Amino acid sequence: MVGKTLYDKVWDAHVIRQEDDGTCLLYIDRHLVHEVTSPQAFEGLRLAKRNLWRVDSILAVADHNVPTTGLEKGITDPVAKIQLDTLDNNCEEFGITEFKMGDPRQGIVHVIGPEQGATLPGMTVVCGDSHTSTHGAFAALAHGIGTSEVEHVMATQCLIQKKMKNMLIQVEGQVAAGVTGKDIVLAIIGEIGTAGGTGYALEFAGEAIEDLSIEGRMTVCNMAIEAGARAGMIAVDDKTIEYIKDRPFAPKAEHWQQAVQAWSELKSDDNAVFDKTICLKAADIKPQVTWGTSPEMVLPINANVPNPQNYSDPVKSQAIQAALDYMGLEADMPIEAIQVDKIFIGSCTNSRIEDLRAAAAIAKDHHIADNIKLAMVVPGSGLVKRQAEAEGLDKIFTQAGFEWREPGCSMCLAMNADRLEAGERCASTSNRNFEGRQGQGGRTHLVSPAMAAAAAISGHFTDLHES
Amino acid sequence: MDKFTTHQGSVIPMDRPNIDTDAIIPKQYLKSVKRTGFGVNLFDDWRYLDAGEPDMDHSKRRINPDFILNNPRYSESSILLARENFGCGSSREHAVWALTDYGIRAIIAPSFADIFFNNSFKNGLLPIVLPASVIDTIFTELSATDHYDLVIDLQQQQLKTPSGESYQFEVDKFRKYCLLNGLDDIGLSLRHTDAIRAYEANRKKAAPWLFAS
Repeated sequence: MVGKTLYDKVWDAHVIRQEDDGTCLLYIDRHLVHEVTSPQAFEGLRLAKRNLWRVDSILAVADHNVPTTGLEKGITDPVAKIQLDTLDNNCEEFGITEFKMGDPRQGIVHVIGPEQGATLPGMTVVCGDSHTSTHGAFAALAHGIGTSEVEHVMATQCLIQKKMKNMLIQVEGQVAAGVTGKDIVLAIIGEIGTAGGTGYALEFAGEAIEDLSIEGRMTVCNMAIEAGARAGMIAVDDKTIEYIKDRPFAPKAEHWQQAVQAWSELKSDDNAVFDKTICLKAADIKPQVTWGTSPEMVLPINANVPNPQNYSDPVKSQAIQAALDYMGLEADMPIEAIQVDKIFIGSCTNSRIEDLRAAAAIAKDHHIADNIKLAMVVPGSGLVKRQAEAEGLDKIFTQAGFEWREPGCSMCLAMNADRLEAGERCASTSNRNFEGRQGQGGRTHLVSPAMAAAAAISGHFTDLHES
Repeated sequence: MDKFTTHQGSVIPMDRPNIDTDAIIPKQYLKSVKRTGFGVNLFDDWRYLDAGEPDMDHSKRRINPDFILNNPRYSESSILLARENFGCGSSREHAVWALTDYGIRAIIAPSFADIFFNNSFKNGLLPIVLPASVIDTIFTELSATDHYDLVIDLQQQQLKTPSGESYQFEVDKFRKYCLLNGLDDIGLSLRHTDAIRAYEANRKKAAPWLFAS
């Protein structure tokens, strides 16, 4: 008998019914909700006089719009305030558990879900946010949905879905010191492209993935969407179970052993068949820096910016030229010669305690360079912030000239006051370098937390191995 | 949801790959709690020369004369033609709402990002996937004439060009049914309430920890 992939197993366990064209009704275990993509869904429920199917499946938090400084003044942006108040009111009206601003458990939805143990292996997890793929690090089938689907899950506890194809991404061997989950996933995106995973559920495997901490695995799965795949998954191992144990929403006493036993099955069978397999050698992966306006426009730190004249495909050549123009870069210039103006350490990709520790280790006993206008550290949650402060990381950052902020999505998408001005260049630990993503005319280079801290100290990108 | 049966319209050529949802509707407009009114901010960063904010009078802003949507030829257009991986990035359905609010009924590209593709069908916007070679042909034909209308027939899954050429496209049976009839799929799913309840009862036995809170 043909074996099943991890994705096959979780998918099969959630199919309620299947139409003859393959369209399925898929049961959803966990629904994470935030302020930006939910108001229209709640409004839709009210208009149709529908109620929530299962209120205990929902966990809500405000993250995209929240300010990261001056919280004592409240929300000063009146448009953002309406949206944040709307979430509070909707959660109250429908009886949904919400971590409000000021609650130490508040933070970025993809940080707090796992932190609370609300994300568990084998679950289906959805959220009106494309980076829901993050939760796949726990062998959950987790993906972003639009607002119509948010409303659909609220009303029915289901999604209408067709099964995706299976892709295995095998990262063989061990990475060199200083190479992180972020570098691994950027290298994968560089290899398969931003549409390489379209239509697939990715499974990340191999020694380099197994070696990653759970937080490193979250970083990898987080950016599956940047490879075009809605979902990325990693098999359960002892680290997964250890991470979940005793978290507030984790299974308790009588259920814990039962759950752990069920979770041990959550890996692809040895004879599972994948529609596509990609192999990378971990030893070949160097710290990565994006140079363009798509995450696939990425190179190792010691490389030079590409030259459009070297590409015969006119669509590709034009895209490179357009990216160089937008980014204000010269063809063939060394990545290490790129000077930056701002530093952003944060986002659902890289704002967890290990990320902050890695950045602090570089920043310790140094100071940001004179050309850096602003370097900010935005912890992923109130609890991450509290932990970092207990370890003295906040002092290391502030002494080095960084600003230590309150938790939220912040300058990853710049919905709040944290943003780039036109022409400003940022070393950012976030996930998207699209035009205007961090502010109209802003220029984003995606890197790991350690590489961002190193750029802050040097004023330009620099190879950690050589510094 | 608006029905989609047949549609005839002129085509806006956007000759670039990876048009992302941040470009389609920039983040500052996501603060709205409504589904409507996004059309004026479709492609905001490209369409206007000044920086836009939600509470502005957008009719008074400086338009970018070089951006294709501002070319008078395309002022009545309702079909968008683009390169691969259209709609990549964020899951924001606001991107689809901005396109439909502007008046776009169909988008033709060699490939779409999964979440955007899905969101389109929920709002009566038809994404049509055609081979890159056909897309090339349409770009070329369009640039050689002053007026270029396409006719889309969803029932027949067919697209006709002014030269009389016709191309077949794929669409899932269920999605086609919903679009042709303008159906709300929540209502359709709730017909299966008994099946959902039965699934939940079984799941509760097999994995009780998922229902413990």
